[in-house]
Amino acid sequence: MSNLFDLVVAGLATGAIYALVAVGFTLLWQTSQTINFAQGEFVMLPAFLMLAAMHVGAPFWLAIILGILLSMILLGLAFKLLLVDPMMRHGVLPLAIATMALAIGIKEAVKQFFSAEASPFPSIVPTGDVSILGHAVSLQSIGVLIVAILAVVGLTTLLNRTSLGHQMQAAAQNPTVARIIGVPVERMILLTFLINAFLVALASLLITPIYLAKFSSGEVLGQAAFIAAIVGGFNQVRGAIAGGLLIGVLDNLAASYISTQYRAAVPMIFLIIVILFRPQGLLGRAEERTV
Amino acid sequence: MKSTLLVGALLTAMTATSALAQAIKLADVAELSGGGATVGTNWKNGIDLAIEEINAKGGVLGRKLEVTHADSQSNPGVARAQVQKALDAEPYVLLGPGYSGSVKVTAPLAAEAGIAQIMGGEAAELTQAGNKFLFRTSFGQQSSMPKVAKYIHDEMKAKTVAVVWVNNDFGRGGRDVIVKELDGLGSKVVADLSTEAGQADFAADVGKIKAANPDAVFVYLNEEESARILKELKRQGVTAPLMGETTLIGQKVIELAGDAANGARGHVGLTTDAPVDLIKAFREKFSKKYNYVPDHNGLKGYLAVYMVKATTEKMGKVDPKKFADTLHGLTIKAADEPGILMDVTFSDTGDIDRQSFLVEVVEGRQVVKQVLPKVK
Repeated sequence: MSNLFDLVVAGLATGAIYALVAVGFTLLWQTSQTINFAQGEFVMLPAFLMLAAMHVGAPFWLAIILGILLSMILLGLAFKLLLVDPMMRHGVLPLAIATMALAIGIKEAVKQFFSAEASPFPSIVPTGDVSILGHAVSLQSIGVLIVAILAVVGLTTLLNRTSLGHQMQAAAQNPTVARIIGVPVERMILLTFLINAFLVALASLLITPIYLAKFSSGEVLGQAAFIAAIVGGFNQVRGAIAGGLLIGVLDNLAASYISTQYRAAVPMIFLIIVILFRPQGLLGRAEERTV
Repeated sequence: MKSTLLVGALLTAMTATSALAQAIKLADVAELSGGGATVGTNWKNGIDLAIEEINAKGGVLGRKLEVTHADSQSNPGVARAQVQKALDAEPYVLLGPGYSGSVKVTAPLAAEAGIAQIMGGEAAELTQAGNKFLFRTSFGQQSSMPKVAKYIHDEMKAKTVAVVWVNNDFGRGGRDVIVKELDGLGSKVVADLSTEAGQADFAADVGKIKAANPDAVFVYLNEEESARILKELKRQGVTAPLMGETTLIGQKVIELAGDAANGARGHVGLTTDAPVDLIKAFREKFSKKYNYVPDHNGLKGYLAVYMVKATTEKMGKVDPKKFADTLHGLTIKAADEPGILMDVTFSDTGDIDRQSFLVEVVEGRQVVKQVLPKVK
């Protein structure tokens, strides 16, 4: 039983990261019908921006701020203006393919200009354990969980409790009507891109001490978050959060109680079951599209 | 005037062509990116260092060495395509890859082309398929695992052992040999855990090890995953001694795992911490050129080039067809060829016999605890 507790806590910590990344998937999808297949690389890149800042002598806290700001410029603003806007008019599929190309581009660029090897990354949470109900739980896991929960609570408060959030939702749900009632739709869409960039930078900061800074580390993460978003519901922020946590815990439980050899298969099987029996995701709503 | 210019241009072209023809061309295919980037980058840098040294001293039989590097992306499929491309350029010898899975799918291509392949793979099966052109730079698992099992049984006095391995050709090969050897010695395998390459979360695996409560844990993963499991083993308070191979106690693992690597032990065919003067000199040269301390893969790449040099000088000519025959059964002594670093003998299957080391990580450094002599 003690084992179960450890597994669930570790799974929740990993799942919280998946959730942060998966939320970005749903935000971009809702506001601009963008499926960003470079989302995993978006998580990998900020860590390297922070490392680069530290290489030129910036202290860790300044590197974090610079990393987040640069991420918002590159992965938010530039991504929208230089890739999404020009590709959008060609449809959802060409845009999705363009993001795949972007993923390869980011990976190769990091490999070329930084290194193909993994680098250690400092942790914002001190290493060590605390005892909770007689179990040693790593501070890193707790830190990751707390920061992820705060980020998600902040985001949902923004979306549901503020005028800005209501405008963003209006822009996402029906851009035409939103425009008529005076919502600056373009600005709202840009804002979601900036929020996504902030979330991935935060995820990068939290997960890189565990995953290590490596050009290829986005692959696994992007895939896991994509599965999480589909399982939870691609069109609901709360779905993405639930999906992320669920996949994180499921992965650990599968490894422990089913087989370590088939751990990677279990989330996939779960994904297939969800797609078969509840294609809109566990918490998603069915979308109707005009033909 | 025109004709003078023409003659001049022709002469220049001819001189350039003959200089090119004189160079001995080697082709390297290595894991320069992907999961094996640490392996491939060290291997490549080792090769470049050796070639630079040899060329600075006048080359091999008066001819310079030249190498082309290709990236397998740590993917056997890509490795196969890159090796085919490299072989099409008719190199003298093929170097790499480092991953056993990639070696397995590329070895038949080199054999078919009749080109000797000097590689870094350690899976037991590689040299057991009757390939007459394949050569190792380090011990195969069939040579190293019996030494490891014996150490776990005799020195660690472990009656029960947990075995953690990475689910690829390298991991499975090692797992099969060690489980058989431990069984033969009477040590019981109480947990047999496969993990995925690139796995980030080892909480479940370490939980299982803890539950099995073994006397020793044998860890057989790639470098980055080794670092992650070491951290998790420390976090969950596993106190059983940890034993592995080079991949558990390599420089990169120590850098990534930090404190968690302390106390881990490993059998190492090659280490830059070996108490051997020539290896110490190599380490110094490498660190000076690349600004980091190489792991055993840097040594492997370096040795591969010196194997080419020693074999070619033994033949007295550059003959790709006779290269493999000459290297089979050859003993190269460090006294005659300092670049080979330690005396080594190649068997008829391309396996090597050389002294090896038992290493422990003490305060973030590899410390050689025992030197295990050459078998013959």
